[in-house]
Amino acid sequence: MVKTAGSFSRRLTSLFNWVDDRLPVSDFFKAHMSEYYAPKNFNFWYYFGALALLVLVNQIVTGIFLTMHYKPSALEAFASIEYIMRDVQWGWLIRYMHSTGASAFFIVIYLHMFRGIMYGSHRKPRELIWIFGMLIYLTLMAEAFVGYVLPWGQMSYWGAQVIISLFGAIPGIGEPLTEWIRGDFFISDITLNRFFALHVIALPLALLGLVVLHLSALHQVGSGNPDGIEIKEQKDADGVPLDGIPFHPYYTVKDIFGVCVFLTLCAFVIFFAPDVGGLFLEHDNFIPANPLATPEHIKPVWYFTPFYAILKAIPDKLLGVVFMGLAIVMLFLLPWLDRSRVNSIRYKGPRSKILLAIFVIAFIRLGMLGLSGGSEIETLEARLWTFVYFAYFGLLWLFSKGERTKPLPDRVT
Amino acid sequence: MSQDGVNKARRRFLIGSTSVVGAVGVGFVAVPFIQSWQPSARAQAVGAPVEANINTIKPGQLVKFQWRGQTIGVMRRTQAMLDRLAELDSRLKDPDSENSGQQPDYAKNAHRSQDPEILVLNMHCTHLGCVPQVLPQPGAYSWERDWPGGFYCPCHKSKFDLAGRVFKSVPAPSNLLVPPHSFLLNDTLLIGVDPEGAA
Repeated sequence: MVKTAGSFSRRLTSLFNWVDDRLPVSDFFKAHMSEYYAPKNFNFWYYFGALALLVLVNQIVTGIFLTMHYKPSALEAFASIEYIMRDVQWGWLIRYMHSTGASAFFIVIYLHMFRGIMYGSHRKPRELIWIFGMLIYLTLMAEAFVGYVLPWGQMSYWGAQVIISLFGAIPGIGEPLTEWIRGDFFISDITLNRFFALHVIALPLALLGLVVLHLSALHQVGSGNPDGIEIKEQKDADGVPLDGIPFHPYYTVKDIFGVCVFLTLCAFVIFFAPDVGGLFLEHDNFIPANPLATPEHIKPVWYFTPFYAILKAIPDKLLGVVFMGLAIVMLFLLPWLDRSRVNSIRYKGPRSKILLAIFVIAFIRLGMLGLSGGSEIETLEARLWTFVYFAYFGLLWLFSKGERTKPLPDRVT
Repeated sequence: MSQDGVNKARRRFLIGSTSVVGAVGVGFVAVPFIQSWQPSARAQAVGAPVEANINTIKPGQLVKFQWRGQTIGVMRRTQAMLDRLAELDSRLKDPDSENSGQQPDYAKNAHRSQDPEILVLNMHCTHLGCVPQVLPQPGAYSWERDWPGGFYCPCHKSKFDLAGRVFKSVPAPSNLLVPPHSFLLNDTLLIGVDPEGAA
């Protein structure tokens, strides 16, 4: 028995060696896992990259299975979703995993972005990681938008109507452009069909490519950390950073723990509150699309609402769209707007801390205002927070340069 | 990774138990995805039992019905047809319906049916699924000089008698399938449901 087990494992080893001689399996594993040295002081905020990858896998797997039952046609789409919910075995679970995953994706990505801003993970030499990350975020927004159109409910229809009309604000080419996007004179079967193609093939492919670039750029320069100092400046005789630990097993184990907690929370939503009171799946989207009746209260899903609030706050069609776009463009520029001597919020002065706190409040408040009906007082408030949102970037650029900072430690703390 | 002062047995146990728990979790998650390929409630509804009126079937006539996309033949056999069945045993692969997968127990008899007259058959050839021609008249054919009457598959020349029993030296491996069926009042046949009390 022992003898056969021994010869079996010997054979397995020789099979692995055969493959490894022809494909850089162990080299790849070493470079990116067992000999990728990450700072040893990662904290809670460093879970979200791995979690984003997990959600991406979830979206792809559940998405593939939904595609097997969904019909991308204006006549059949809504009914095919109900078919998935009622008739397909476990279809309700697979769909709720997908819809909850969409919101979870944005929660994780927003926290991941906040981590980057807070600890200066986006600053030199990691600007390109941030750029790729922002492109992932943009692609994700497009992916989520076209995905939300597919159930062909009232919100799908009128959401698409509003978002596509935004392009109509562009002077000169606006109207022909919207017609080109729709492929018709209104949102129709043709639009749905092409959005389906974008949602299941084009954008996921782009996402995967960008994730590869994001991670390649990360592993080229190495991970940042909550202290915002470079662990590569202090190396031992073997050239291993003194404050670095191998990603595997240390952070794989840490991430598995985070995954367990995260999946527990997701499971709670999936099983007990899949629509989260209309936040993850809007009530109006349980009504089939009707081109003759706009829902009374139309709003995007929660992850778009900060930008939607900016759009609503500005009393001019073109300027509204411009500022909504600028709100995202400014995020791209963050690595260069922060001119502080230090990366991490830990060593920055009180002004930076207050600025960041106000920026977070502005973003959250805008998100809430984007969700609500839009009374006069709310419009005024949205204008205030829109101003604060944009002021942040200017003030950051102004104040960060000369700010008094705390001394940086030599080693991570 | 430094191995100093490591309790290797405990490490092995932790890695092993974590892997097992993880594998069990993956197994459970896989179930909904695999089962989502099973016939959905709609497909099952479409595949519900089919009622067939056998009143109008004349002696010697075969009428085709559809159940779950399959062609189901219902034939009212004459006494002459039934008498000929017994003479064929030596030319058949499985004259006594020993292959229990091909008919319910209540059709495991000389005439392969509940009511000797009424034959209910899944008409798809057990070779590769074509539907054989219905040729009940005995006689001489180009492919068989002494044809006793039965079913002849045009795809690969498999032959079956009027109880759906397969002849020797043809490609089809087994007798034609007898689907579950039961008789209701008023000469109505229910295809897809066993009679009450039958397994």
